[in-house]
Amino acid sequence: MSAEPEGAIGAVADTLLYLDGVSVSFDGFRALNSLSLVLAPGEMRAVIGPNGAGKTTMMDVITGKTRPDTGRVVFRADTDLTKLDEPAIAQLGIGRKFQKPTVFEPHTVWDNLLLALAGDRRPGFTLRARETAEERARIESILRTIRLSDHRARRGGDLSHGQKQWLEIGMLLAQEPELLLVDEPVAGMTDAETEQTAELLREINRTRSVVVVEHDMAFVRALGVKVTVLHEGSVLSEGTIDHVSEDPRVIEVYLGR
Amino acid sequence: MRALLLVVALLGLLVGPHGPASAEGGVAPALAALSSRHYDDIANGVAALAVSGDPRAAAILGALQGGRLYARADHALFIRGPDGTYVDAATGAPAADPGTLREVRVNNAVRRALDAGLGALRLFAPDAAVRATAADTLFAQPDPAAIPALDRAIASEPDAGVKTRMEQARAAAILQKPDASEADRLAAVATLRARGGLEARGLLEGLSGQPPAVAHAAAAAVSALDFDLRLWNYAQSAWYGLSLGSVLLLAATGLAITFGVMGVINMAHGEMVMLGAYATYVVQVLFRAYVPPGLYGLSIPVAIPVAFVVAGIVGIAIERLMIRFLYGRPLETLLATFGLSLILQQAVRTIFGPTNRDVDTPAWMSGATQIGGLQITFNRLYIILFAVGVLFALMAVLRRTPLGLQMRAVTQNRRMAAAMGIRTPWVDALTFGLGSGVAGMAGVALSQIDNVSPNLGQGYIIDSFMVVVFGGVGNLWGTAVGAVVLGVINKFLEPVAGAVLGKIVVLVLLILFIQRRPRGMFPLKGRAAEA
Amino acid sequence: MSPAPRALAVPLAVPVIVTGTAVLVAALALGGVAPAYIVSLYGKYLCYGILALAVDLVWGFGGILSLGHAAFFALGGYAMGMYLMRQIGPRGVYGDPLLPDFMVFLNWHALPWYWHGFSHFPFALVMVMLVPGLLALVFGYLAFRSRVSGVYLSIITQALTYALLLAFFRNDMGFGGNNGLTDFKDILGFNIESGRTRAALLVATGVVLSLQYVLARAVTRSRFGKVLIAVRDAESRTRFLGYRPESYKLVIWVLSAVMAGIGGALYVPQIGIINPGEFAPTNSIEAVIWVAVGGRGTLAGPILGAVLVNFAKTLLTGTLPEAWLYALGFLFVFVTLVMPKGLMGLVRMRRRDDVPGAAAAASAAKEATG
Repeated sequence: MSAEPEGAIGAVADTLLYLDGVSVSFDGFRALNSLSLVLAPGEMRAVIGPNGAGKTTMMDVITGKTRPDTGRVVFRADTDLTKLDEPAIAQLGIGRKFQKPTVFEPHTVWDNLLLALAGDRRPGFTLRARETAEERARIESILRTIRLSDHRARRGGDLSHGQKQWLEIGMLLAQEPELLLVDEPVAGMTDAETEQTAELLREINRTRSVVVVEHDMAFVRALGVKVTVLHEGSVLSEGTIDHVSEDPRVIEVYLGR
Repeated sequence: MRALLLVVALLGLLVGPHGPASAEGGVAPALAALSSRHYDDIANGVAALAVSGDPRAAAILGALQGGRLYARADHALFIRGPDGTYVDAATGAPAADPGTLREVRVNNAVRRALDAGLGALRLFAPDAAVRATAADTLFAQPDPAAIPALDRAIASEPDAGVKTRMEQARAAAILQKPDASEADRLAAVATLRARGGLEARGLLEGLSGQPPAVAHAAAAAVSALDFDLRLWNYAQSAWYGLSLGSVLLLAATGLAITFGVMGVINMAHGEMVMLGAYATYVVQVLFRAYVPPGLYGLSIPVAIPVAFVVAGIVGIAIERLMIRFLYGRPLETLLATFGLSLILQQAVRTIFGPTNRDVDTPAWMSGATQIGGLQITFNRLYIILFAVGVLFALMAVLRRTPLGLQMRAVTQNRRMAAAMGIRTPWVDALTFGLGSGVAGMAGVALSQIDNVSPNLGQGYIIDSFMVVVFGGVGNLWGTAVGAVVLGVINKFLEPVAGAVLGKIVVLVLLILFIQRRPRGMFPLKGRAAEA
Repeated sequence: MSPAPRALAVPLAVPVIVTGTAVLVAALALGGVAPAYIVSLYGKYLCYGILALAVDLVWGFGGILSLGHAAFFALGGYAMGMYLMRQIGPRGVYGDPLLPDFMVFLNWHALPWYWHGFSHFPFALVMVMLVPGLLALVFGYLAFRSRVSGVYLSIITQALTYALLLAFFRNDMGFGGNNGLTDFKDILGFNIESGRTRAALLVATGVVLSLQYVLARAVTRSRFGKVLIAVRDAESRTRFLGYRPESYKLVIWVLSAVMAGIGGALYVPQIGIINPGEFAPTNSIEAVIWVAVGGRGTLAGPILGAVLVNFAKTLLTGTLPEAWLYALGFLFVFVTLVMPKGLMGLVRMRRRDDVPGAAAAASAAKEATG
């Protein structure tokens, strides 16, 4: 980053997230191949692509789980994410929801949200922390948003699959991130739940930027946002869902040669 | 007296090495000296007789050493046989009634002369090995008096190797000889330098009263030898390290399968090794009872498959009865198998008793050889070869057999393997049995170098885990390199830091190493490694 | 719903039972009703209870299976042992006013620098906590920072205690080598052999264990404790929430080591000896089984487990020494296979509690695979 002239950073000043020529390889397999992507503040973006296109690896790179071999990942025009680890990136305001819902099973729904609430994460604080009225109000509000108000005292492990997905989205909201990365949020959901989830994401997008990785084309169509198609670790096509679904290269990749 | 000795020796030389005709006249003064009452005379007589080349010399000196040599008032000597009869010492002819005899007494000086003399006599023994030993003995205790004998022995020696050793012994003696020429001395120093070794160094360093040129040459030779010795010491440490590494490798290969491939942490692994060692013990007991003694050397080769099968069956039983209920819960597996190790140890203690059991090393495995300054014992050599053999056999099993293929399939993707029709429980059990069986074979090897006791396995379990972790989990090559590296580091640290401190240093280094490279020297990369 | 008042409410059952039984045993022995030896016997059990509680904090709540916790216990014990050695003064066999007997025996002429200060009780008390704490800090910092976890961590903790075992066996370490530290005379001016001193030590152990229980309960029920359980069950998830699992593990690890050290310090004056055998890896693993038997992830369980298992050990080794190792071995297998939640799990089946730790203890190890 230091090698870049000041002007280059200025050029990406109105972007929230900027991936530039990111490559990652595992044992010779190129998971990401010079991937570049620009996300504007407040934008919701759907990322689609066949298996092995690099969607999850892209999320791993953004959240600090995987370090890229080359390339830059710039957040808010001034922070190079490749220099930071997962907790630091999470505290910067990037939340991530995993494909497989992971909530803290022995904890109640309430405690799951409490742990996710934005705030001091250091042991010195949590050892002494008491629940404040403000925190309680925040949790109540999130419980309403994710429709789990009646389940607040249940253990996370006792929830149904769909409820876990929502609890996890609720935990993301509690983190108050600027950018949410959501990996296959509707996998395994009923049609009604899928519809509700799309609604939830649109609502979230009113205040935050969102990147959704999804297989379900109907769901992506329902979101009605700009779509990025990944293939073999780089961007194959970008635009509206109608635009990309008419792109011959996309058709070739999805329908086979 | 020395003059007399020289004369005798020269006579011997002139007449030739094995001329019996000359003996009669040549040894007479020596025999006369032996019958003297003065210890000095006796000692000189011994020395003279020893270098005389007389065929009776060995018998006479042996008799003197055994207190069976008697003298008559007329200086005739007689040897008393074990049955109480006498023979004439000079001729070997039976002497029916020798008359009044007195025993020829020896003191320390005579004993020394006897030792040296008998040593010199052996220079002419028919067996080349005996001659070589004799030369080495003379080298260790150089005696200028032996030079003539050595000269004669060198002249007649057919074996080049023995001849060299005799020349070295002669060089050592030359340096002790007061009237040797400077040229001879310098040549002797060069010979000793060429020989090398701790003894040569000691001789050279112990020289005194030498001409300046010789002293200088000797000092140079000592420092050159020191350098050589240091190199040999390193080589020896490396050898010990290799040996320890092979033992660690044997103990760790089985673990590399159960822990490395299956991810099962088996704290009873050391007890599988212990079972293998006890299987060896039982096989040897049965051999002694039922097999002709001539075939006893086969007990170890027979014990190897027996140990493999015993430990393997126990392993399969453990997997079926216990471990399969604990897959995916490594910490619980650790605790349960630790409990199992306590039970197995106590069971063996109950059956075989708490004390060490003797496992023999068959003749073909014992002994040692010397390569320069390097001492190599055969049992260690065989263990290294065995460890390498086991490693390659295991690799072949993993790569070339259907079981190996199925094992790898199950490790990589259990559900997919099951869907392909592989009976995964069966593969699990056999894999665990294989790892345990290999541990059992390690026990056979360990029985040769360690005490066979119920605690045998305990000493190796932590080291084995270290090897597997150090080498990188799931990688047999890594295990091999890890074992050898740990073994060599251990043995190189020992002389510097002492055995216990050396072990501590290795442990600390290893802990620091794991901090740096938590996945070993040869980590698997990619997503699979993070699963 | 709000958990705040509950965290404040300390249930008195465990402290009352622990302190009460300690006082009772001490009183019975002093009154001549019960044999004198049961005082130090019960004291020993309670010290093991302290060690078990410490192991449970890291294992039951933090998911860190330590196979080397007896090392911290022993270090605390050695610190106390050094104080007791200095109290002997000129009453040793060799009568040296300054040097302990074993140093005289080794022909040492001066006290090693690290023995200075141990003649003062407060200094020794600080060392009892500081030495295990510092070792845990350095070890834990290195291990957790590089994300060593699961069985790898277990094995290197075992290597740690093994290394200390070897080190303390050495005479030139200055801790009495093979024989360790023994022949103590008095503590704080009281004869260490007297029934009253022993009774006082037992009661003190009961009180310390009760205090540690209260502390452990406060820590595990705080928000810190909730994060810790989250780290145990889903470490990487906590990272994406912005927590640093390594600092949580380090805090509980060091706290646990200090607690174990205090346990060791109480153990030594009651047993009368500390030697390198206390570092044996087997000791650490036995402590783990106490916790497993009682029920990990609960706080009363480990104490119960430590007392019961050691009571059984006393009974069996007295009558059938051979049988004890079989029994211990079967206990390991049985508890892990059949009773993963321990005795407290059985209690909980009747009376479903809301302590989060116990419920998911069985799945605790899943993520720790590494």
